Amino acid sequence: MTQFRRYIPVIAVAIAVIILQVVLSKTGSTYYMTQITMSAFYALVVIGLCLLMGYAGQVSLGHAGFFAIGGYTAAVLTTFNLTAYSNTPVVSLCRSLGLLVQRQDIYGTDILAFSAWPAFAAAILLAIIIAFLIGLPVIRLKGHYMAMATLGFGLIIYRIVLGGRIFGQADGVSNVPPFRIIDGLEVNGRAAFRIESYYIAWFVVLAAMVLAINLVHSRVGRALRSIHENEEAAHSLGVNTYRYKLLVFILSAVFAAIGGVLLTHYNGSIGPSEVTVMKSVRYLVIVAVGGMANLWGALFMGVLLNFLSLRGVFGSYDDAVFAVILIAIMLFAPQGLLRMLNIRKISSLLPRRSNA
Amino acid sequence: MNLPQIVQYCFAGITVGSIYAIVAIGFNIIYNATGIINFAQGEFLILGAMLAITLNHFVALPIAIALSVVITTIVGGLIEIVFIRRARNASVLSLIVITIGISILMREAMLHIWDEKVRSLAYFTGTGVSSITILGAHISPQVLWVLGVSAVIVIGLTPFFRYTLTGRAMRACADDRMAARLCGINDKWMVTLSFMISAAIGALAGCVISPVTQTQYDMGAPLAIKGFTVAIVGGLGNSMAAVVAGLMLGLVEAFTMSQFDVAYKEAVSIVILLLILVLRPSGLFGKREIAAMRSL
Repeated sequence: MTQFRRYIPVIAVAIAVIILQVVLSKTGSTYYMTQITMSAFYALVVIGLCLLMGYAGQVSLGHAGFFAIGGYTAAVLTTFNLTAYSNTPVVSLCRSLGLLVQRQDIYGTDILAFSAWPAFAAAILLAIIIAFLIGLPVIRLKGHYMAMATLGFGLIIYRIVLGGRIFGQADGVSNVPPFRIIDGLEVNGRAAFRIESYYIAWFVVLAAMVLAINLVHSRVGRALRSIHENEEAAHSLGVNTYRYKLLVFILSAVFAAIGGVLLTHYNGSIGPSEVTVMKSVRYLVIVAVGGMANLWGALFMGVLLNFLSLRGVFGSYDDAVFAVILIAIMLFAPQGLLRMLNIRKISSLLPRRSNA
Repeated sequence: MNLPQIVQYCFAGITVGSIYAIVAIGFNIIYNATGIINFAQGEFLILGAMLAITLNHFVALPIAIALSVVITTIVGGLIEIVFIRRARNASVLSLIVITIGISILMREAMLHIWDEKVRSLAYFTGTGVSSITILGAHISPQVLWVLGVSAVIVIGLTPFFRYTLTGRAMRACADDRMAARLCGINDKWMVTLSFMISAAIGALAGCVISPVTQTQYDMGAPLAIKGFTVAIVGGLGNSMAAVVAGLMLGLVEAFTMSQFDVAYKEAVSIVILLLILVLRPSGLFGKREIAAMRSL
């Protein structure tokens, strides 16, 4: 029974997603779906960061970096024209393995580049490797030190993206093709694919949520919570705190990278603005507003705040709004906004920390 | 590289290095009083410079700088009273997040007050083209101002912390808050004072460096990262070591710039930061030296 109860919110959200789509289609305001889809991709980063911050108690100011590693890897691999190298053994091997795809860009030039799936795999693999290498030393650090180290990591990625010619420098990478998952199903930013992409995005988000919920309830999750409560005590009971924290760090990086890959295919481009410190701070704000160790709160706030921001509701005060929310939450409602409101109905729908 | 070039790079290095040291000392003063890192430290420099630039339209340069330091000091104090004091029982994680929020808020406020134009304060003596020749290298007189003011700040803080009652009270709070309170020291106001001093020296540093590096609303964050690097290299809380570390980082940066692309300048300090954090989190200067230098 308890097993089943923890998935009730998943079903509830799935139904809400369907109802929202129907309502938006009936009222002819499907254009809202574009931003909702984008918010869902950003929410992936937030879910991963929520696991890291709320459950493992590790602060990261560099998750925009992992988002960018995913996005830029996918963007570069799917747009970099290999036609000139088509006779080299590596390229012909990739071709015979079916990893490459031949297409024409808008000017009619022939482009030979990696297709979306191998690029996706490469992006995730790269994110795992980098998260492992960065996490290995950084996870040992505490509080300020970890915050600054991850901030430094984010800044290095920003510099690399801004300075590397292959990453398009300040312009970023554009003309990224859509992500064809199987024939007839693709993540595509064009209006015709709006509903399709919307459902794919939410499917991925809910899959990530199920994974996260299961993780929280598993042996790993219990170990993480014990770390969060009292690291020394956990350690003395034989919990390998270091390994679990590293695991969650890598997992959160993978979530961020998946979000990056999908959003890049959806937008058709990625630029350095995705890698700024402010982006990393923004993810952190959302996790804090959601209530740190509250996956559903993080998801809800992630979609809501990103949606409002993407719709331009905050105007030129966008970053300032996030800063004010951040300070206000930390001062007045460290348990998150949802808990502060204490609306019974909402909070009974959203499981508490003990059985989230 | 010939001698004049080396001298030139050395001067460039110690100029920015001394500013990094001032930022690091700002970090240290607040860290010693509260145990938190104030991510908004870089914004104090920019705020100080921006205020002085605007005030300089109405009053003479020295008065403009003095006023800007006073205003920034008040802002620093208010930040502590309004935000930090309320969150006294919060975890380190929350305090970090709060100061990050403050830094963004200050940056955005400056963006809306002063827009995104790059500005700079007038040269204290001479103009942008006047220079002094030292060992064949051409040095702007402003560089000497930067070095002089930094030296005054560093040297001035030592007797303040060592001999004045307030300075000693602050050190007592840093050592043992409870014991200090039992001695009748108002520890709340000592924390406020630490924010005010950090803001004041930040504003002053921002003003002297402004003619050389110019000032833009979003230049605070990189300065904070470098100041933090310096504070960590020297060992958190250790201000004398921060001066040495600051000059070292400045020199390393200057000579990297002479060899590599300017774009990698920022990466250098971050790589150093990561290496130090991983290899020697207590800083380059070991524990024993910290104890000896702690007297500042």
